[in-house]
Amino acid sequence: MLTTNPFAELANVSELISPTTMQIYAVLMFLLVVGGTILDIVHKKSMKYFNEYTDKAAAKATRQVSAADMTGMRVKVLTSEVLTSSEFSNQKRRMSHLLTMYGFTLFVITSAIMIFFYGDASGGKTPAIWPVLWHLGALMLCVGGYWFWFAIRVDVAAEGKKWYDIAPKADMFILSLLGTCTFALLWSFTSGAGIFFLLFLISSLFLFGGVYWSKFAHMFFKPAAAYQKKVLEANGHNQNLPYVPDLSSAEVHEKYPDIPTYMGKNPPNMGPGIRREPANHY
Amino acid sequence: MPTYVHMTRCDGCGECVDICPSDIMHIDKTIRRAYNIEPNMCWECYSCVKACPHHAIDVRGYADFTPLGSSVRVHRDEEKGVIAWRIIFRNGSKDFELLAPITTKPWGEGIPDLNTVSAPSDEMRNSQLLYNEPKYIRMDEGGLHTLESNKLTMKEGVYY
Repeated sequence: MLTTNPFAELANVSELISPTTMQIYAVLMFLLVVGGTILDIVHKKSMKYFNEYTDKAAAKATRQVSAADMTGMRVKVLTSEVLTSSEFSNQKRRMSHLLTMYGFTLFVITSAIMIFFYGDASGGKTPAIWPVLWHLGALMLCVGGYWFWFAIRVDVAAEGKKWYDIAPKADMFILSLLGTCTFALLWSFTSGAGIFFLLFLISSLFLFGGVYWSKFAHMFFKPAAAYQKKVLEANGHNQNLPYVPDLSSAEVHEKYPDIPTYMGKNPPNMGPGIRREPANHY
Repeated sequence: MPTYVHMTRCDGCGECVDICPSDIMHIDKTIRRAYNIEPNMCWECYSCVKACPHHAIDVRGYADFTPLGSSVRVHRDEEKGVIAWRIIFRNGSKDFELLAPITTKPWGEGIPDLNTVSAPSDEMRNSQLLYNEPKYIRMDEGGLHTLESNKLTMKEGVYY
């Protein structure tokens, strides 16, 4: 069951859902995502304000950042913020995000491969690796997604709300995501074109069609913002924030005599203070 | 005018909600980001600004202190045990940083157990240090004020 291509099975069972229909649907979903993202970016004007801020900050920069440094920062953003979601300071959210991100990527890529290359049985038997990865992707998405829904969602974790208190517009993304992966797995395990396949279709329609209202465009905003933060830190602007120098250097001791007086010449790591406890005193 | 949150930098972690002494930093139900629900009541104590791990909160200060175009930003580094400020004048004449210690030993160490330490004596109450303090800090009527001693209970959840 884990090694059978559910899309090929579908083509066998029903003549309505031919490989071509599935491919057209997949392309349609892709277009919905592209359209929704563009509409979101245009409507929020975030790119306009982002560029304005970048220009204003560049005018106030005190240090020159070389092209090599900037390339290094782009690589760092890719390897750190994108691949390991390092921007999350809450480790549970980070773990959940990693599971959902990689699970979703795996699920979508393997779905596309199975629909476009192994859509019907006449195209040759699907290599076992694709359905296995498809199921793995859906499972990772379920684990990360349900963990988020029951425990990590801000309303639940921070505001004492119950997991079944739904805010329709805000929760559409996560609920359609959960629906997609859950019904995909149920559909695969029950095989055929039954109710679970229909529910899977509806969930995926809400998921890809609701991009305008969801957090989807964040996958472009966040790396851009992370890169901007790094560049601003390097060019002296640092978003008008101060830099914390090395506390054991003689320069700092001379400029700020309070530091060696009260903390000693080589202050130790003081550990977490207010961050010792998670923020839940609501 | 008081604190405001950059929604793009906030991740809804709730540190500001936890720390606000006025209980006016809340999480918006729809966009799941923090915001100041009652700007009139903000004391600009900068607690939320210092607590935010992403520096997503800033203060729109009153015109006599921070006129439009100037910038006062803070970074509280718990692990290094210091607080750093950066003040930028709007005419560009000053852009300087300040640094001060906020702890002399690691957090969580050296906290006295108030159950074992005795209450202030009369002599201490009448000394310069405690004379003008409110009676519950001088412990004139004995005992620490707690929720239980005042017959109050904590109610879970957020109430607007």
